[in-house]
Amino acid sequence: MKKRRKKKKKARPPRQDMPRQNPKERINNFNEVALGYPEEAAVLEANRCIGCPKPKCIDGCPVLVDIPGFIKLVQERKFVEASKKIKETNVLPAICGRVCPQETQCEIVCVLSKIDKPVAIGRLERFVADYESAAGEIEIPTKPVPKGKKVGVVGSGPAGLTVAGELAKMGYGVTIFEALHKPGGVLVYGIPEFRLPKAIVAREVDFVEKLGVELKINFVVGRTATVEELFAQGYSAIFLGLGAGLPWFLNLPGINLIGIYSANEFLTRSNLMKAYLFPEYDTPLQVGKKVVVIGGGNVAMDAVRTSLRLGAEETHIIYRRSRKELPAREEEIENAEAEGVIFDFLVNPVEFLGDEQGRIRAMKLIRMELGEPDESGRRRPISVEGSDFEYECDTAVIAIGQGPNPLALSTMKDLKLNKWGYIEADMETGKTSMKGVFAGGDIVTGEATVIEAMGFGRIASIAIDKYLTTGKW
Amino acid sequence: MNRIVDKKKLAEGINLFEIETPLIARKRNPGQFVIIRIDEKGERIPLTIADVNIKKGTITIIVQVVGKTTEHLGTLNKGDCLLDVVGPLGQPTQIEKFGTVAAIGGGVGQAVCYPIAMGMKDAGNYLISIIGARTKDLVILEDETKKFTDELYITTDDGSYGRKGFVTDLLKELLDGGEKIDLVLASGPAIMMKFVSLMTKEYGIKTIVSLNSIMVDGTGMCGVCRVEVRGKTKFACVDGPEFDGHEVNYDLLMKRLATYKEEEKLAYDRYLKKIVGSKE
Ligand SMILES: Cc1cc2nc3c(=O)[nH]c(=O)nc-3n(C[C@H](O)[C@H](O)[C@H](O)COP(=O)(O)OP(=O)(O)OC[C@H]3O[C@@H](n4cnc5c(N)ncnc54)[C@H](O)[C@@H]3O)c2cc1C
Ligand SMILES: Cc1cc2nc3c(=O)[nH]c(=O)nc-3n(C[C@H](O)[C@H](O)[C@H](O)COP(=O)(O)OP(=O)(O)OC[C@H]3O[C@@H](n4cnc5c(N)ncnc54)[C@H](O)[C@@H]3O)c2cc1C
Ligand code: SF4
Ligand code: SF4
Ligand code: FES
Repeated sequence: MKKRRKKKKKARPPRQDMPRQNPKERINNFNEVALGYPEEAAVLEANRCIGCPKPKCIDGCPVLVDIPGFIKLVQERKFVEASKKIKETNVLPAICGRVCPQETQCEIVCVLSKIDKPVAIGRLERFVADYESAAGEIEIPTKPVPKGKKVGVVGSGPAGLTVAGELAKMGYGVTIFEALHKPGGVLVYGIPEFRLPKAIVAREVDFVEKLGVELKINFVVGRTATVEELFAQGYSAIFLGLGAGLPWFLNLPGINLIGIYSANEFLTRSNLMKAYLFPEYDTPLQVGKKVVVIGGGNVAMDAVRTSLRLGAEETHIIYRRSRKELPAREEEIENAEAEGVIFDFLVNPVEFLGDEQGRIRAMKLIRMELGEPDESGRRRPISVEGSDFEYECDTAVIAIGQGPNPLALSTMKDLKLNKWGYIEADMETGKTSMKGVFAGGDIVTGEATVIEAMGFGRIASIAIDKYLTTGKW
Repeated sequence: MNRIVDKKKLAEGINLFEIETPLIARKRNPGQFVIIRIDEKGERIPLTIADVNIKKGTITIIVQVVGKTTEHLGTLNKGDCLLDVVGPLGQPTQIEKFGTVAAIGGGVGQAVCYPIAMGMKDAGNYLISIIGARTKDLVILEDETKKFTDELYITTDDGSYGRKGFVTDLLKELLDGGEKIDLVLASGPAIMMKFVSLMTKEYGIKTIVSLNSIMVDGTGMCGVCRVEVRGKTKFACVDGPEFDGHEVNYDLLMKRLATYKEEEKLAYDRYLKKIVGSKE
């Protein structure tokens, strides 16, 4: 009896797996690891969504994507329409579908997660975005009526790109100033090709340019021109989307030995400068036999998996807490494990040891124990006295986080910073202590996520429009 | 953009380029540098801005061929463009009236020293210039320096021109001869800056050196350029490139400069083969 009743209700298909490159093969190339849903899997996955009348999932998304709305279109196989639905609030679905930490944002609050696995919202988002771009021409919205005002956007990461795109759509003349020679921020210099193909970033940047945004690369605000000078050149408002681009090093003996990289340097050489194609490309990157990456976040996973692909024989993550506290996305941890990365938990470096040439040959590690939870809610690691031991390695990458880069900020004396050196800005508008200057993304919040930076960009674009329309600060 | 409007050969393997970059020309102060990339596959390399012409909107760089990128740069001519030029980067030199300033440039280091020395002269200092080179053919900017310096000395390692010996020998002679020097500027190979600094420390003369560590972004984002000054880690691209010569850990600098020796040789040899191949 019971059984029959269950059969009557259409059985929900299981959460669809997304095909990935085989780990043995993928560690020999920089091609994307996750391959995306085939059409049938996408529809099956979409059919798992029950289209809640009060969808919880939307609350979990920083830019409030109409999740049930776009998923319904997938169920109906209207994939291009589904992509357009997402783009109403999120202009970079191909990127967010790949790198959003969905498991802590939209998917964690999906009602299904109470009884089953949540709907794979991110994978569906990626699927429709890729479908749309493969289907050809991406439609450019019709040119708006020009507002006759110019806005300067500093930094071309997700925050800057979003502000620029939104303001261009409203009719403002927008110029992006970018310090590096390629636009995209962390999306181009930080996140590796095998997780986010650079062609996708280029496509999204291209879209923003097609909206009429002017892009000035090789332009370091604070050096090539100051914010003050930009105002004098006729920009009526300035948005600062500088990112958190200052690498933290460990203040330990031996930190400047050869073979010790910041994650920023390591990833920039590989991603932006294409060191993985050396000597075809000119920029080199040395990866030894045994590489250790210190840290446990997404950045650490990216660095360690890059080193594998660059030919390291043995790769380790050195983390001072336990697996449970790893801040990286679960999916990336699993990918790293599948690729053969070894995780050493509850250890922390106290010294780096070098040879005569000044190259790193070992670290001194100390064992850690977990104590009481700290302000972040995670248990505080405490070093175990006298437990230090030598640990051989020939490359070390420091991935313990980053701070605000003071280069531009130090040229703006009236800009209020918080005690960590980030810009103090209103979280509802992005307004700073300087009239006409807005800020958002990692330079305000500290290291966060792509979608949070974009969400902040959206709010700021609305506030900038309001300011330029009313003149009220 | 970034068009080469003039090119001159200053010495064997040392070329001067005048490049159109109006924004950088307008903002630059002595002591600052640019980072350039020749083409899509190229490396980013730092080069000092030796001079500017604000009216023409140009900057001058003087480049010594030492490897793949500088060799490639040397093959470019008037009319060619560089893909990327970014700057001005680094802290400008603190230019004040110190009294008597001795500006020492070793090898292509004279290109780094030259604009700073000119700035010092403009600020009313009495200027002594010392140009050091391995041999006569490698002495650069002699005539240009002569135009504004109060005294000029040249040393060559092999004695083929000027005094035989190192710049330090000459500096010692001047000091022992009773010359009162208030500030020494030194720029050149790390080993030269190290020995100049050791000597001036003995004599108690404030010394500024311009460090040439390896760089990538030049904006404080990667940390490859880190150097140790007074035991503290500094980023040469944003905290420098000039530092108090008496406080720099030169041995670390020299070691770090050798990081990519093997890769650099590989890239250079590969490039030279390619040029030879294309000429045949
Ligand atoms: C290796 C790595 C992996 C990550 N993985 C993920 C992930 O999987 N998912 C996720 O959601 N988030 C991830 N993040 C975090 C995410 O990338 C950031 O939160 C996001 O990029 C912040 O965007 P932003 O626009 O504020 O700044 P950024 O992306 O940092 O962009 C800032 C831009 O401003 C430019 N700039 C800085 N100063 C100046 C100046 N003075 N003049 C001109 N231009 C300037 C910089 O060159 C840069 O291009 C990762 C970060 C890193 C480093
Ligand atoms: C602030 C600064 C100003 C400089 N100004 C001048 C100048 O005015 N004229 C001049 O001729 N040279 C200058 N240099 C040095 C110049 O950058 C290097 O000679 C050049 O990068 C060598 O590149 P390559 O590919 O030809 O040689 P490579 O074969 O790659 O390297 C030869 C040597 O140059 C150094 N080097 C290599 N890559 C870099 C890099 N990315 N950044 C810095 N050094 C590197 C290393 O010591 C290496 O052993 C300056 C360096 C700095 C840091
Ligand atoms: S943008 Fe990110 S958080 Fe929002 S629905 Fe898409 S994947 Fe989820
Ligand atoms: S909460 Fe889950 S099931 Fe409900 S609408 Fe959102 S994605 Fe669908
Ligand atoms: S060159 Fe990257 S921080 Fe100095």
